[in-house]
Amino acid sequence: MFLRIHKYLEKKSFALLLGIIGVVSVGGLVEIAPLFYIDSTIEEVDGMRPYTPLELAGRNIYIREGCYVCHSQMVRPLRDEVERYGHYSLAAESMYDRPFQWGSKRTGPDLARVGGKYSDEWHNTHLQDPRAVVPESIMPPYVFLAEAELEIDDIAGHLAANRALGVPYTEEMVALAQSDVMTQLDPMADDYDGFMARYPKAIIRDFDGNPDKVTEMDAIIAYLQMLGTLVDFSEYEADLDENLR
Amino acid sequence: MTYDLLAHFIKIGGTVAFTSVFVLAIIYALWPQNRERFERAAHLPLETHDAPETDHD
Amino acid sequence: MSTQTPLNLANPHLKRDDTLIPMLFILIPGVIWATFAATGSGFGSFNGIAMKAQAATMLFALIGAIIYIVGKMGTEPPTVDHSQYADKVIKFGVIATTFWGIAGMLVGVIIAAQLAWPEIFYFESAAWTNFGRLRPLHTSAVIFAFGGNALIATSFYVVQRTCRTRLAGGSWPWFVFWGYQLFIVLAATGYLMGVTGGKEYAEPEWYVDIWLTVVWVAYLLVFLCTLAKRKEPHIYVANWFYLAFIVTVAILHLVNNLALPVSATSAKSYGVYAGVQDAMTQWWYGHNAVGFFLTAGFLAIMYYFIPKRANRPIWSYKLSIVHFWAVIFIYIWAGPHHLHYTALPQWTQTLGMVFSIMLWMPSWGGMINGLMTLQGAWDKLRSDPVLRMLVVSVAFYGMATFEGPLLSIRYVNALSHYTDWGIGHVHSGALGWNGFVTFGALYCLVPWLWKKKDLYSTRLVEWHFWLATIGIVFYITAMWGAGISQGLNWRSYTELGFLEYSFIETVSPLHVFYAIRTLGGLLFLLGTLIMAWNIRMTIMGRGNAESTLADDAAKKPVLPETDTIPPTLAPAE
Repeated sequence: MFLRIHKYLEKKSFALLLGIIGVVSVGGLVEIAPLFYIDSTIEEVDGMRPYTPLELAGRNIYIREGCYVCHSQMVRPLRDEVERYGHYSLAAESMYDRPFQWGSKRTGPDLARVGGKYSDEWHNTHLQDPRAVVPESIMPPYVFLAEAELEIDDIAGHLAANRALGVPYTEEMVALAQSDVMTQLDPMADDYDGFMARYPKAIIRDFDGNPDKVTEMDAIIAYLQMLGTLVDFSEYEADLDENLR
Repeated sequence: MTYDLLAHFIKIGGTVAFTSVFVLAIIYALWPQNRERFERAAHLPLETHDAPETDHD
Repeated sequence: MSTQTPLNLANPHLKRDDTLIPMLFILIPGVIWATFAATGSGFGSFNGIAMKAQAATMLFALIGAIIYIVGKMGTEPPTVDHSQYADKVIKFGVIATTFWGIAGMLVGVIIAAQLAWPEIFYFESAAWTNFGRLRPLHTSAVIFAFGGNALIATSFYVVQRTCRTRLAGGSWPWFVFWGYQLFIVLAATGYLMGVTGGKEYAEPEWYVDIWLTVVWVAYLLVFLCTLAKRKEPHIYVANWFYLAFIVTVAILHLVNNLALPVSATSAKSYGVYAGVQDAMTQWWYGHNAVGFFLTAGFLAIMYYFIPKRANRPIWSYKLSIVHFWAVIFIYIWAGPHHLHYTALPQWTQTLGMVFSIMLWMPSWGGMINGLMTLQGAWDKLRSDPVLRMLVVSVAFYGMATFEGPLLSIRYVNALSHYTDWGIGHVHSGALGWNGFVTFGALYCLVPWLWKKKDLYSTRLVEWHFWLATIGIVFYITAMWGAGISQGLNWRSYTELGFLEYSFIETVSPLHVFYAIRTLGGLLFLLGTLIMAWNIRMTIMGRGNAESTLADDAAKKPVLPETDTIPPTLAPAE
């Protein structure tokens, strides 16, 4: 009987195909499927919220420019990393990240907690001419970000797509997406309170020092300045059972 | 189903699947009746006639 | 033209090719979508202009294909000669492999130079030349364009010879070839304009992914149907590896790239997985792209070309069977070693590590099988640089698959991860294993396909071999130095218990390593250029590359010639 199965496998190319599919499916199912059941990857940690429209636009520019090929966003629980970058990264901190940006290489430093570490002015200068502030840097210059107008005609569509995939954007957030971009850049905006209620802990200011124009620089600095700032680690208890895996 | 239970069974299932695939592959490779077939198969690349076999040949 | 009857009289294996019309069912919907995407609104949208350029490229290519098909149907009824192997598409594949190899390696040298001399090689007004956009171009060009074309071309060659039957599907192999080139062009130009999904080695956006899926399914069907109509009872083991490569890459590609586009004509999509799930899925994909694209596929090349070139059967066919099942089963589990110490559950990390270490065993089984095939013929290594290239590739495979399990151990990984050690590791595999085995296969294929006695120049192969080998040594040692120094400097403490170096202080010592790496890459590229020249001259029939057709003609009866048989199909039996 055993021999017959093998003869079959070997005679029929289609059976060989099925055999291969069967064998290669096991590992993936074992390692990936359980992740969809694990609570701590799905349950919210206090403080996590979806990206504001401006932050999301900035994140898309971060991805577009391939920042992830040189910068990780994942602080490992190793002594030197925690001392250099801050509290190690939690699974929940990337729960709204599509795609995740943990990275695989640190040609530059980790950025998981870069938010608030430098001024907007520093980021602006550094992005346009990295060697002006860090002489030995090998980062490319991004002058064009300060010049390019931020394209947000379809920003509501971006929120709606995320919403359809399960990110908790409300209908209101989707509807107001475009105006929320403007609101976040203007501390005098009419809808300041509404915006802060929708996106707690969001930073409202003009990020690129040029209030006349909404640039890609505004968006990417807004994104960089919020990275790693949402979870309040003075209140996070790492030793709780639910946080140990 | 809780995560831990699922993870537990999946680990056992994975081990069983792995061992059986490996054992089956070895049995197949060493099965005495297959020796001749493998011998013939191993010589397939050395074929020098560079044209397809056609039904009319 | 009433050529149908005389044709059949001349050659009973000449049949009508009915496969062109069904292609229109793929091409026409593509044209409709591309028209909408190219002409609709969207200038104020994210990547809106880039999307229009992409759609225009697609429109141009698909309309060109339709015009070609319609023209072909209108003038002469296309035919397929079942007494001949379909070799022309493989010839195109050989040339495409060489072309994309040079392109991808050139971009690699450029980005290596950018990291070594940032003041010289960055251009602040040209966004598309920045490292972040060129690196995905480099990785995709060498893996998917150079490697992918090599795999498609060699698989078409091997499956026909070991099944002793012509490729199935009439003109579909051509669809696979040109469709794959369109995929490469769309992906590559997309990266330069900033269109990217942002997942490493899976950067193409959703519409390019869909196109690749169509092409890949056609590839799977051509391969599978060729196997199904084989004239040989046993399926040779190289074809097992090819089939595993094709089908697993299809599964990986589909699962990892599931995404929801912002709109039907938007260049941006959001993946269905987020955070940890996305990370696990991505590295399951990423690791198995290495496992099935760069390992299983290229092992198939090894299992055909080394025995063929050495003119001896594989050392142990039994071992190759165990090797096959063990490799495809174990590889798929090893992905989590890319995520050590991250927020992925620890048991999954451990499982990934254990399987990575186990992977060492079948990998070396395969290496031993390849090397021992030379048993009793070791002297051929001295006289035949092509065989030497193939054998050295297997040695590099052994080295890379020893280093891989080592790097997958958590404690080693704590040091090596995020550093250039990883870059060095992938290049010992990519340059040494994939590069050399492909070069070896190309050097074999060119005289075989173009019916030449030998290559234009064996001396040039020697030059290629040594330049590339020295290049690899420079590259790998520089990256070991850079990676280990980075890893140690990051975790270095002063006596008082403070971190000794700021991040930038760990970057500046890398300059010399990056310069050596650039030099290594340049030497490797130089070797590839020499190969391209050698291939060109061989095809043109210069030097030692005399045609064997005259000899064949003397031996075989000549068929009555008709005008309608294309020249490449002419010397039928």
